[in-house]
Amino acid sequence: MLTKYFNQDNGRYVLFCLTLLVIYLVMANLFFPTNSLFYVGNQTIILVSKYLCYALLALSVDLVWGYLGILSLGHGAFFALGGYMMGMYLSVQGENGSTTLPEFASFINWQNLPWYWMGADNFLSTLLLVMLIPGLVAFIFGYMTFRSRVSGVYLSIITQALTFALMLAFQRNEMGFGGDNGLTNFKYLLGFSITSNGMRVMLLLITLIVVVISYLICYQLIKSKLGKVIIAIRDAEARVRFVGYRVENVKLAVFTFSAVLAGIAGALYVPQVGIITPIEFLPLNSIEIVVWVAVGGRATLYGAIVGAFLVNYCKSLFTVWFPDEWLFALGLLFVLVTLFLPKGIVGLLKLTHSKKPQLKPQEASL
Amino acid sequence: MRRMILICLLWMITNLATAALPDQFAQRLAKGSLTEKQQLINEMIKENDASIQPLFTALVEGNLYWLDTNSTLAIKQDNQFINWSNKQVIDLPKNQFKRITINNNIRQLVAQYQLQIKLSSNTIPTRRNAAKALFGHIQSPSQINIIVERLALEQDSEVKQRLLEALAFAKLENCQQNECLVLLTQLSNVTNPIFVQKLQQMTSIEGSQIVKEKAQSLLDKLTQKKAMYEKTEQVYFGISLGAVLVLAAIGLAITFGVMGVINMAHGELIMIGAYTTYVMQQLLPNYPGIALILSVPAAFLVCGAVGMLIEISVIRYLYGRPLETLLATFGISLLLQQLFRTLFSPLNKAIITPSWMQGSIQVNDFLSLTINRLYVIGFSLTIFIVLLLIMKKTSLGLNVRAISMNPLMARCLGVKASWVNALTFGLGSGIAGLAGVALSQITNVGPNLGQNYIIDSFMVVVFGGVGNLWGTLIAGLTLGLANKFLEPITGAMLAKIMVLISLVLFIQKRPRGLFPQRGRAVEG
Repeated sequence: MLTKYFNQDNGRYVLFCLTLLVIYLVMANLFFPTNSLFYVGNQTIILVSKYLCYALLALSVDLVWGYLGILSLGHGAFFALGGYMMGMYLSVQGENGSTTLPEFASFINWQNLPWYWMGADNFLSTLLLVMLIPGLVAFIFGYMTFRSRVSGVYLSIITQALTFALMLAFQRNEMGFGGDNGLTNFKYLLGFSITSNGMRVMLLLITLIVVVISYLICYQLIKSKLGKVIIAIRDAEARVRFVGYRVENVKLAVFTFSAVLAGIAGALYVPQVGIITPIEFLPLNSIEIVVWVAVGGRATLYGAIVGAFLVNYCKSLFTVWFPDEWLFALGLLFVLVTLFLPKGIVGLLKLTHSKKPQLKPQEASL
Repeated sequence: MRRMILICLLWMITNLATAALPDQFAQRLAKGSLTEKQQLINEMIKENDASIQPLFTALVEGNLYWLDTNSTLAIKQDNQFINWSNKQVIDLPKNQFKRITINNNIRQLVAQYQLQIKLSSNTIPTRRNAAKALFGHIQSPSQINIIVERLALEQDSEVKQRLLEALAFAKLENCQQNECLVLLTQLSNVTNPIFVQKLQQMTSIEGSQIVKEKAQSLLDKLTQKKAMYEKTEQVYFGISLGAVLVLAAIGLAITFGVMGVINMAHGELIMIGAYTTYVMQQLLPNYPGIALILSVPAAFLVCGAVGMLIEISVIRYLYGRPLETLLATFGISLLLQQLFRTLFSPLNKAIITPSWMQGSIQVNDFLSLTINRLYVIGFSLTIFIVLLLIMKKTSLGLNVRAISMNPLMARCLGVKASWVNALTFGLGSGIAGLAGVALSQITNVGPNLGQNYIIDSFMVVVFGGVGNLWGTLIAGLTLGLANKFLEPITGAMLAKIMVLISLVLFIQKRPRGLFPQRGRAVEG
């Protein structure tokens, strides 16, 4: 009882803090003069928006790793796919809602875009594709994988192979996604300039709203009856199967939903950073997401948000102060957190708050 | 009488070697008219002196100069002028030297002479090479005369055969129908690309129908042969890539396959092995070959020690939690990468390939095998066999297998699990180091070396079936061959993607790989 209460309370607390932070940033950006002490520059707005996107991504990984026990090392692929969908839309946007040919097409002498760019000229269809494409890839991949009962480390390794294969594919110029240089030089979103102050603030607010809504959906999902089944699958898959649940279907549904969330995170991320390249598919990126979740604390949802903010904030600081040492810090973080903080920072807080011993979730067996 | 001639010859040689070229010869060579030069060279050829050979070569290649101020001949070598008579470098401005001009007659004269020298050489390989090089390069009737003369004297059957072929090819240029057919029959075993060109030409131009048909049938045979050798070459490339994959994956087959530990830092252990080679070559800068051989045990020890350290400090506490092991070892891989980037700079390091590993074996005109790849294949197989013996025949192998099958029972029977685990992990890591030594010979050595191999290695182990060394071998070779056979059709990048995707699909069908482990140890 007590843990449940804390859990919910902590989550709400985290969301409340985030909202406060965002409101403060927006106010400070819009209402203070540029030379004021309280003014917050566009850089900070973008940074926090980025962190929010990462938080959403971490949330999606926590859902499959923390609750379902599937360690996906390929969620970066869904993030990047969502990003590419948005990038395609942005790169064909011209002035006043007209469409143009993206830059890379002229480099490789293409007069027309291939058929799969069809939905890219319309914002609504893009929004649909942002969810559809990562969801579809995850569905096909999950359908085959879960049905043949590939699990544990094998699953992790083939998710990694998936994102690696996608990276190689998107690096090819003939694929029609700009090759190594990716898609960049975005100018307009829905007819508005993408670099304007208002657009930045707007994107920040939208991202916040999406994160909050996603968190609430995930939270309700976990608290629902389905959520109990999900946790049961993590702790004793065979038993759940014997009881009569269709484990594969549950896994597939959650995995696909999580991929859609990751895709949305990517779509929100791209207009803010202004570029999407095949580097986003790098296996290292996918593993970094897992570390955010591990640092924050698995199977808490809000822990993922905390972890994403914390690790990325550290990364931002590190890359300014000691640009070369970031990988040292990240590597150490991996080792130390898995060895000494299996429940993450949130688990540490929880321990000090509640005296009641927690039930140890059994590890999903290999 | 013979002795007399011998003494005479000896005297001549010593005499000529000291005063290789009388001064007036040099003067005339530099200043005389072209006809005079030709006469002079004829005289020189009659002397038949081995020591003037470099002079002829320089003359034909246009590297022979005359220095007026010193009245001496000089040979240009690597932008330096070397005095012909005392072999010293002359340090004078370029414009002081005057190139000795020759015409085509002289060039031919010298070329013929050189050919004669080579063909009458005492060593058979020199004669063979000379005869081989003749094919398609016979221009003048005088050359044909030389060859015919030589043919009468020649003892070695291969040289004879080559000379006959060269002659036949030269005669093919203007022949009558029947003669042509005979010549083509003589040439039916030749695989030289020049001959292929000639055949193509013969089939396309006007001429006798029978000759054309004959040429076409020869051409077909040759194309077939060529296609076959190209396939052979692909197989060779495939096996060599497969050997590299096996090498990179075999250490992982021990740590992941037998122990069940996911070691994401495996690639970095390979990298450390490659850097060990670099350091050894830095320590022994004058003996790259010896350094390479020494770095085999060195890399094994260094990487084995690093591996044991990782096992004792981190992995030991994470047994039974494979996903956590994966994360922690990934952290270690980042740490090691950054460590080497800081220690050695992020740039690639140059590794010297010793001379005995350079070059290639020319099997025939269509097929040549690079030697370093041959070494890698041999090295890979050796390591595989040694490892197989360790696992099957030694007590360490027995203990490892016991622990992997039933850890609790093994401990009850007195197997020191912690020590055996550390040793096994050290063994797997040491073999990763050996892979690094081999990879340093065929790829760039930099901090990112390991990353390029880690996903492939895992794929090989999973494909072959975890816990099965033979599976790893077969999987590695299969993947290598599949990659190389797809490459000409789809391009390198797409081939890799296709192999990856088909692997992912394969794992769906058979989640436990090609050769799954059976028995009670396998959980359902």
